[in-house]
Amino acid sequence: MLQIALWKRMAIVALVLSGLALALPNAFYSRVEGHNDAVRAIETGGVTPELVAQRDAWPGWLPSGLVNLGLDLRGGAHLLAEVRVEDVYANRMDGMWPELRDALRDKRAQVGTIRRQDAPPGELRVRISRPEAMTTAVEAARALARPSVTLTGVGGSDIEVRSLGDTLIVQLSEAEKLATDDRTIQQSLEIVRRRVDEVGTREPTIQRQGADRILIQVPGIGSAEELKALIGTTARLTFNPVVSRTTNPDEAPGAGNVLLPDIEADGTYYILEKAAVVSGEDLTDAQPAFDQNGQPSVTFRFDPAGARKFGQYTVENVGQPFAIVLDDEVISAPVIREPILGGSGQITGNFTVEDSTQLAVLLRAGALPAEMIFLEERTIGPELGADSIAAGQVASIVAFVGVLVFMWASYGLFGLFANIALLINVGMIFGLLSAIGATLTLPGIAGIVLTIGMAVDANVLVFERIREELKSARGPARAIELGYQKALSAILDANITTFITAAILFMLGSGPVRGFAVTLGLGIITSVFTAIFVTRLMIVTWLDRRRPKTISL
Amino acid sequence: MRLKLVPQETNWDFFRAARLTFGASLVAMVASLLAFAVLGLNFGIDFRGGTTIRTESTQAVDVGAYRDALVALELGDVTITEVFDPGFGPEKNVAQVRIQAQDGQESVTPETIAAVESALQQVAPDITFPSVESVGPKVSGELIRTAVLAVALAIFAVLVYIWLRFEWQFSVGAVAALIHDVTLTVGVFALFQIKFDLAIIAALLTIVGYSLNDTVVVFDRVRENLRRYKKMDMKEVLNLSINETLSRTMMTSMTTLLALIALFVLGGDVIRGFVFAMIWGVVVGTYSSVFVASNILLILGVKRDWSADGDGGAGTQFAKVDS
Repeated sequence: MLQIALWKRMAIVALVLSGLALALPNAFYSRVEGHNDAVRAIETGGVTPELVAQRDAWPGWLPSGLVNLGLDLRGGAHLLAEVRVEDVYANRMDGMWPELRDALRDKRAQVGTIRRQDAPPGELRVRISRPEAMTTAVEAARALARPSVTLTGVGGSDIEVRSLGDTLIVQLSEAEKLATDDRTIQQSLEIVRRRVDEVGTREPTIQRQGADRILIQVPGIGSAEELKALIGTTARLTFNPVVSRTTNPDEAPGAGNVLLPDIEADGTYYILEKAAVVSGEDLTDAQPAFDQNGQPSVTFRFDPAGARKFGQYTVENVGQPFAIVLDDEVISAPVIREPILGGSGQITGNFTVEDSTQLAVLLRAGALPAEMIFLEERTIGPELGADSIAAGQVASIVAFVGVLVFMWASYGLFGLFANIALLINVGMIFGLLSAIGATLTLPGIAGIVLTIGMAVDANVLVFERIREELKSARGPARAIELGYQKALSAILDANITTFITAAILFMLGSGPVRGFAVTLGLGIITSVFTAIFVTRLMIVTWLDRRRPKTISL
Repeated sequence: MRLKLVPQETNWDFFRAARLTFGASLVAMVASLLAFAVLGLNFGIDFRGGTTIRTESTQAVDVGAYRDALVALELGDVTITEVFDPGFGPEKNVAQVRIQAQDGQESVTPETIAAVESALQQVAPDITFPSVESVGPKVSGELIRTAVLAVALAIFAVLVYIWLRFEWQFSVGAVAALIHDVTLTVGVFALFQIKFDLAIIAALLTIVGYSLNDTVVVFDRVRENLRRYKKMDMKEVLNLSINETLSRTMMTSMTTLLALIALFVLGGDVIRGFVFAMIWGVVVGTYSSVFVASNILLILGVKRDWSADGDGGAGTQFAKVDS
């Protein structure tokens, strides 16, 4: 029992050393951070002398993983957004209208004239003048169905068609809605990520949460408002045919049409066809530019499919106006003077340079498929984070010294062993945190301080047990052996139960609380390891060298 | 000379005043529930929805003036509290402004925040806003459900684990101690109206973990002594076990409290409530593992034919780790 095999000793030492090596970069936080940034910059951009100098400030062969600092320590903005997935259903139905119209027109002889009705969002309602031919109409609509592709494979049809009197009702099927929701969230995530990356901040967190939510954390950004302005804009750009122009905001636009305000001229409204000719999805590029009058504008280029659609539309509608619509506002409604076949164009409006730059960024990153509602937002200033770090550091050091002195006063030499193990323990917590790329939050620091206090528990259990065994024992070596043996079950039971609560916190908690669960859980693992293996290795080595007749504990 | 928190050998009778301690625990629990029912908890925005704005200024905080400035905005319930911390110094005056969730909005609008900020700037021109946090009613409702679920789940998981490792009577004792600790902590938060937010739930769960740690160590010794002294009276076995582990109990509570007190005094005002909950929890948890968990074990009694080599009796088949 007291003999520890050589390979075990080496394994213990190797684990401790690698844990400490992983923790090392955190002691030189800003230098290593500079190094990491420089390495990344050199990979993506070019080599400059400054970057090289920054990179060489930390040797490349040393570990360079750092503990991420949470928003509450670094400052930044946090948003929890809910994606209005239902928006997409409505868009899908609007997009389907021309197709359905053409299909029904082909059967005109049987179904008679058709007319689109107002419908709740996500439904398409069409009235036919010959209700007796409803079956034909339903069949024609059903012929438009495509198989719904879900994660679990190909499900049923993507639309549901039913009839109500003389009205044909089309909507997405439940399976398709689920599949659409999933795609919508994935797409939103991707677009949010692109928009945040365009601004170029460090290590943003963008994750899906639950069925329809997205969590966005961006360190270093000034406020949640800024972040919201950046990612909250849908940036849905469409080019719609203009039906008429009006000054009456209450004018009924008619089915399939929509009334939208002009972005500049108050009191001017346009009635547009809902179905867009082309949309922002057909864009391949957008850049800020200036028009022939020197006004800020945005130039854009369509992809081949978009260029073909737009070209064909302009050929057929020379002399007619069309509207450029951004987020339900008409930016401009120029008249088509000649067919536009090149697939590129320019949006002019009353832009400032900032407006045109931001619009270009948003158009390049793509439109959000659906609107986002913000459920939770937090801004933490960098100074508050710095204060918290400073206070946490001071408190940790005082707690540390207090515990070290207390252990030494209570257990003498053995207390010193435990103290060395405690230092190793905290080092290993940081090493593990860096290795798994965990995030340190303010409650996380509290978790570490709590671990400092509780980590000695396993050692205390062993030492107290050794004391008891010394009373009845046959020599110190035997007492130590028995002490470790008998304390083991208490140590394991006590720590497993605490670990269970840490695991539950991790599963159910979020943000800072989760950070706390991580440090607490890792602290339990490292403290059991250091108490059972590291302290024992020290004590056994000391026993071998000194071979004391008695020990004082 | 070694520092000793308790004498090397103690032979205290922890059950002499069993009625008194048990009664005191019961009274404290009832009082906590009453405080919770009558006073309620001072929920933070995590659980209630709304917005908190932290302000910082070189001028002294004038709560009345702040309030007057904000009344005109008609934001409903507004709470303004000054924040004190020994680390602040005279040039740093911090206050926390809390605004209730606005009707029909999930999170606060930029206009509301701008209005509040400019109103406060009228009062203190150099005021800054180190943090602005806003939680919508939808999320806060979910957070409260998750929090209650987390605490309940933790207690249940522990119940099962201890039942597997020991006997059901131990399980009941440990869980009674946990409920005792959680109730008393909630009671203290209600009594002093300390802000109760998400971090406090983390603290509650840590208390659950810590209290359990303590209880399990005592129980482990009880199990060992039950095997060793097969004829000894249950009360004596419990007393012996508590006395034998007392030194360790006090040592660990002491080191943990030492670390927590350092954090309480020096760790800044942001986590003070969180640390307070844990300090209270450590004290209550230490008390409960001796006076609640063991008392219940004594009342329920326990099967006595524990044998180290294991006869397949309930609870022992998972307890081989130590043999």
